[in-house]
Amino acid sequence: MTDWQPAASLSNLKLRAELLTKLRAFFAARQVLEVDTPALSRAGATDRHIVSFRVEDGRGGALYLHTSPEFPMKRLLAAGSGDIWQLCKVFRSGEAGRMHNPEFSMLEWYRLGFDHHRLMAETAELIAALVPGREPPEYLSYREAFLRHAGLDPFAASPRDCMAALKRSGRHLPSEEELDYDGWLDLVAGELVYPALGQGGLTFIYDYPASQAALSRVRPGNPPVAERFEAFMDGMELANGFHELTDAAEQRRRFEADRTYRQAQSLMDVPMDERLLAALRHGLPACAGVALGFDRLLMIAAGTRAIAEITAFPFDRA
Amino acid sequence: MSSYSTNEFKAGLKIMMDGDPYTILENEFVKPGKGQAFNRVKIRNLKTGKVLDRNMKSGDTVEAADIAELDVQYLYSDGQFWHFMNPENFEQLAADATAMGDAKDWLKGEEMCKIMLWDGKPLGVTAPIFAILKVTETEPGVRGDTVTGGTKPAKLETGATVRVPLFINEGDLIKVDTRSAEYVARAK
Repeated sequence: MTDWQPAASLSNLKLRAELLTKLRAFFAARQVLEVDTPALSRAGATDRHIVSFRVEDGRGGALYLHTSPEFPMKRLLAAGSGDIWQLCKVFRSGEAGRMHNPEFSMLEWYRLGFDHHRLMAETAELIAALVPGREPPEYLSYREAFLRHAGLDPFAASPRDCMAALKRSGRHLPSEEELDYDGWLDLVAGELVYPALGQGGLTFIYDYPASQAALSRVRPGNPPVAERFEAFMDGMELANGFHELTDAAEQRRRFEADRTYRQAQSLMDVPMDERLLAALRHGLPACAGVALGFDRLLMIAAGTRAIAEITAFPFDRA
Repeated sequence: MSSYSTNEFKAGLKIMMDGDPYTILENEFVKPGKGQAFNRVKIRNLKTGKVLDRNMKSGDTVEAADIAELDVQYLYSDGQFWHFMNPENFEQLAADATAMGDAKDWLKGEEMCKIMLWDGKPLGVTAPIFAILKVTETEPGVRGDTVTGGTKPAKLETGATVRVPLFINEGDLIKVDTRSAEYVARAK
């Protein structure tokens, strides 16, 4: 047996430590407080496309390993913590591949009074502090990015238009009814749009379809858009941020809609976080928050193509 | 019938797709952080050899292709079928011209070949990497010319034609790389 050895080189392990030092300095200089929240909790993520690891609690019940520290961090914000950040291990079942490890390091931070545009700018500053020497960031709306790289308007296109755009490059696809509308947009994004982003420097995509709002505010308009952003470098998704939803009733509706979806798809039922909802009712200060895949940033800093090359012990030898 | 979920996908796995057997050449997990997960696969049709790119929804299952590979000995051809024997159990197998592909250009008898079976029926045959074959037709050799690097066509005892150096004569034995159909050396 030789897989007792680390998959990452010693120089990449040292690079991880260096970036961690820079990260702490970045937030210390901005007076953002480092916090620590539980990895294991009674409630879980109801996200439609994220699978939690379910753990026995030893008393016949279940606990869930967190898929992001978002809910407890928002409870801290509601309790008056002010700006906070955290780097922690998060867990997503089934996500394994060249750019995915089921257990990975997530950097998450929240800034009071920021909207998604201000937080995009700070995300760019943080990335530049850790991986210097890239071109200045590019900012595209979700619509502009699709028009530029897939030749279709995501707010007007039908699943058939998505299929036609994908078939032009010779791909064989799932059948039309296998995916819902957001599923088709995800496939176009993953095959045609995202791989083209972040060449030379960061690309930010913002103002998502309202159906992909997740935990962001939706700005009314025609069409309404979610005040959500993602950051890409070298064709790889690095971060996802929100101008945070603070409305408890709307948050409950979204949790319930997610659970209805999960039931219809026969996915594991995950209890929604009532403590988060209580915190929102108490009052979440206006803020923006972002989660960044620290391992992927490390991949870029190290110039590697695979997450295994910067992970001491990836999942298959964990 | 056994099946595979996309999360079991890896290079070399044999799967059924639209009624044909395929082998997976490459598999990549593609997932937007908040979005639907997909597997982007490159697969080769084991009947036609055609390679295609396919996007599948992660979590979907596909039927496993019943593919087996055997080491068999080539016996003879009756013009329509090429007959092989499994030395383990002396069972005989017959492959048609489609299954033989290029392998038929390199076989004269008794060679050990690999045969791929789909549902027990021959789907493809791979000849040994090197074949030693006699030249039956070529223009007369140029004596002593072993260095100029020129080539000419030569017909072999199996009927195949390869490019050979100018010094090769009719009746010579040559060694051929069956993967590239290229002359390697003169054999004794």
